[in-house]
Formats: sequence, C-alpha cells, structure tokens
Amino acid sequence: MEIKSMTAVELGKKIQAKEISAVEAVRASLAQIDKVEEQVHSFVTIDRAGTLQRAEEVQRQISDGTLTGPLAGVPVAVKDNMCTKGMLTTCSSKILGNFKPVFTAEAVRNLEKAGAVIIGKTNMDEFAMGSTTETSYFGVTRNPWNLEHVPGGSSGGSCAAVAAEECPYALGSDTGGSIRQPSSFCGVVGIKPTYGTVSRYGLIAYGSSLDQIGPVAKDVTDCAAILEAIASHDPKDSTSIARESYDFTGALRDDVKGMKIGIPQDYFIDGLDKEVKEHILRAAKVLEEKGAVVEEFDLSLVQYAIPAYYVIASAEASSNLARFDGVKYGYRTEEYEDLHNMYKKSRSEGFGAEVKRRIMLGSFVLSSGYYDAYYLKALRTKALIKQAFDRAFEKYDAILAPAAPTTAPRLGASLNDPLKMYLGDIYTISVNLAGLPGISIPVGTDSKGLPVGMQVIGSCFDEKKIFNIAYAYEQTGEYKRPALVQEGGRE
Amino acid sequence: MANKISDETIEYVGILAKLELSGQEKEDAKADMEKMLDYIDTLNELDTDGIEPMSHVFPVQNVFREDIVRNGDGREDTLANAPLTKDHCLKVPRTIG
Repeated sequence: MEIKSMTAVELGKKIQAKEISAVEAVRASLAQIDKVEEQVHSFVTIDRAGTLQRAEEVQRQISDGTLTGPLAGVPVAVKDNMCTKGMLTTCSSKILGNFKPVFTAEAVRNLEKAGAVIIGKTNMDEFAMGSTTETSYFGVTRNPWNLEHVPGGSSGGSCAAVAAEECPYALGSDTGGSIRQPSSFCGVVGIKPTYGTVSRYGLIAYGSSLDQIGPVAKDVTDCAAILEAIASHDPKDSTSIARESYDFTGALRDDVKGMKIGIPQDYFIDGLDKEVKEHILRAAKVLEEKGAVVEEFDLSLVQYAIPAYYVIASAEASSNLARFDGVKYGYRTEEYEDLHNMYKKSRSEGFGAEVKRRIMLGSFVLSSGYYDAYYLKALRTKALIKQAFDRAFEKYDAILAPAAPTTAPRLGASLNDPLKMYLGDIYTISVNLAGLPGISIPVGTDSKGLPVGMQVIGSCFDEKKIFNIAYAYEQTGEYKRPALVQEGGRE
Repeated sequence: MANKISDETIEYVGILAKLELSGQEKEDAKADMEKMLDYIDTLNELDTDGIEPMSHVFPVQNVFREDIVRNGDGREDTLANAPLTKDHCLKVPRTIG
C-alpha cells in the first residue's frame, strides 16, 4: 500500500518498525499535496520547510527510543482555528490574516508530545461559522469526491485533506456539527468528544459552551488512538474535565451483541433525503444482524434544537469576537478618526458577512429587554433537550442518526439562504447542546457517488460505546476512496 | 408572529456589536434578523416555566487554581502581532481629549 493511503495507526506502526521514516511519511503527504491541492484547496498554510525539519527531529527521537507512541512521526493537519506557535493561525478570516500565535493550543501540544508532525493548517468557514467552508476569506475548499460540491463545514479543509490523502489524519473542531457533517460529506470518520474531554486552551473560541476539538481520520481505530493522544485534563481550560479513563482504543471490539441502540423516529422527517434514510436504516439492520437490539423511539424536542443553538452560539460569538478590535493583533483599517471609529471600521472590514450576521444576532439577544425572552429561553430549552437525551440513554446504549439530511450540496447552493443552511444541522446540533459525544462514519454513497455518513451518539463520557458500535459496523465494509485519489489526481 | 426590526434597533445593535454597516448592509441585516427571530420564536411553543437556564451541561461551579506564572516573557512576540506599537506598547488613537 502506498504511504499516503495508510491510516495513521498503520503508518505509525511502520515508522516504529523502521520500515518507513518520519521524513518519508512527510514527503508522501507533500507529494500528494502537490498533486491535488490546487483542485481541492484544503489548506490555508502549508509549512514545507518546517515540517521536514520537524520530521527529522522526530525521527531522531524515534530512532533513539524516546518516542514510541502510535502517532510518532505521522503527519497531521490542524484546523486553522487552533493556535500553533509561530505558524499563521487565521480562522480563515481577513481579520486574523497575519496572526502568528505566541503559544500552541493544548490539544496540538499533546499531539506534538506524541511525536506528531504538523504539515499545515486547514481551511474552514470563517471563525467556524458555516456548513460549507465557503465563508473562508481564503477561498472555498472542494469536495474530493466531486469537485463541484462542497466538503461541508466548518472543518471542511480537515475532512477534505484526509479524504484526498493529503495527510493521514487531521484535527477539527465541532460547535454544532463542524466535525461530523464534513466527515459525512467527505466519507471519512470524525468524532466530537464529550464536552470538556479535550482542552479548548488555544482554540479560538466561537461558542465556548459548545466548542470541542476532535479527530478526523480514515477509520475508527485512528479516531480512538488520536483521541487518546489529545484528550487531557487541563487547568488552563476551566471547563476541562478530569476523566476516569482515557483508554479509548480498548473499546475497539467487533462485538455489539445485546447492545441497545435507539433510532429517533422524529429524525426521519421531511427534508431527510430518501437515499440517506435508506443507507442509515440499512446500516442499522447490519448492526441488528450482528446482535444489537435496535428500536425506534421518540426523542422529542427535535425541532427546537436549531433555534436554541443559534441564540446561544451567536450570543457567545458576539462576546468572544469582541476581542478583535484592531489593537492587539490582526487587521486594522487604514484610515480612522478616533478609537471607536477605528474599532468599528476594522471589524466591519475584517469580518465576513456570516460572522457579522451572527455577531449582530448575538448582540441583539443579549441586549437589555431581550435577554430573558431570547437568551434565557434558549438556555431553558437546552436544559429540556439535555433531559430528553438523559431519558433516552436510560434505555439505550447509543442513538443512531444521519449526520446530515443530505449528501454534500453543490458549491454556491447554500449561502443565499442562511436559514435553510442552518436546518442542515438538525442531527448534529442537539448533541453539542447536551454535551454528548457523537461520531460520524461512512455507510455508503448515494446515486451521485457522494458519501453518506451515519452518526452514533453516546451518553456523556460514553465514547467507548460509540467507538465499539462504529468499529463493529466498520468491520462489515471497506474504506472507500474518492476517484480523485484512485486516479492519483486529475491532470 | 412577524418580528419587525426598526432602524433605531439596527443602529443600536450596531453600536453594541461595534460594527459599522452600510445602508444596504443595514437593510439586509434587518431582513436577516427578522427572519431568524421569527424562527427563534418557535421556542415560545415550549413551556419552560420552572426550568433553570442551563449554561453548562455539567454542574461546573467556579474553578480555582493558584495564580502562578508558568509561561515566559513573550512580550516581543506578542507585540509583533500588533498593527501599531510604540516604545513596547500598543499604539491606539487618542482616547482622552
């Protein structure tokens, strides 16, 4: 097998066995980037020189036995909203177009300690606000399965990079589905862990009470191994949680006998694509044949998750993005009269339309006179949604759902109707509101040849159960690669 | 229930958000916000009386730690990101007349 087509864990094993060097691994990624990046555009920054230098350094530590972990020497791409010391970190925004952080995000630090080699920073929707990676200031990312379609978002660059085999794995972040939905659209595996599992220190905040960093990879085994590496209790993030166990790979068992899986009837509603539905129900059947007990049930409150989310996420965004003022870092307007005029012009010129839309909405729902009616109402709705999930998990080990109502839409088809685009997050958003872990795994392709993703949702801290189920399902099929990769790039 | 956002409201929100919108942008923002608020108003169908607002999913209270400096002096690197500096300080327009 070619290096670029290996999973992270397969490649890591060969590096430990001295069959492949860390430098060769990086060269394989860079060669694939040379081949397909012009078409896919997964990256904002590619650090060729730094990456090779780092690979040599890591190889020395592997050779002398200092680095022995499964990810040592394996290249990784990092979403461009995670701070990387000295390396551009733009959030795909004009306002951070020249920002070089002075520290590295904790999750990325954890990877570095494990011997990961960062190859570059991936494209995203500006400040992670969007579902298509089309709101990036640095241009759109295209779906490796069909270049006329979006990769999803907001971690579209990370998911496209893995699908296009530009890197074995990547980090994404998920506030309302931003790992799971693009993983679904790009036919890769991505998990959003339980809130608090991975430190948010150094993750440029969008909706702090919802944001989580997670892995994007070719298979479930990789995701478990990567999560083991990045998860930690970090005193620098006050919402970080000390978990009882960080063993996730131990859950990779091909045995779901007796596990109880619920399928919310109220997820199978108008707007769910027929082919997506058929694929999810077929996958559920596969798990049933393997011994799981699959049942339909009423989750309830499904239609209230999106409005509650847009109030909460926009409110938090309006507060979090107040720091971009043209003073400490980033873009400052050329001409201004006084301080306030400088703030306003810098922000208005520096932020894109979708970011401004959410800051405006967030400022409104937090303003005096509307706070109770909108913000507190949304927080009360969130409490009810959490209760609904708690009730479900009293009966079920996990919940099966689509990751998105459709496969990847065509480029340019989503942004003109924001509300319609927001509705595409219906299966992912409630998981963030309730703090739950959710994984998206590929379960087939539709008649257009685009991947369909299935989401397995677990109760808080039950990553092991969803890894177990996802892994067992994965054993029944093979990882499928886009034609772009099989052909080795279109000339 | 159709929400109506007045010119005054959009002006006020612009001040809160520290955003300067052009005439057309203001009209678009009004239309966007009216549409979103109409949608958000579906939450009013839900009876949330007696439900505590949940800001965090886990019962996290104040989390304290000792205030010990653990990082080094990153002043030069930090200032290197600033659009304008003077004498190792951030430079901003005059704020006091």
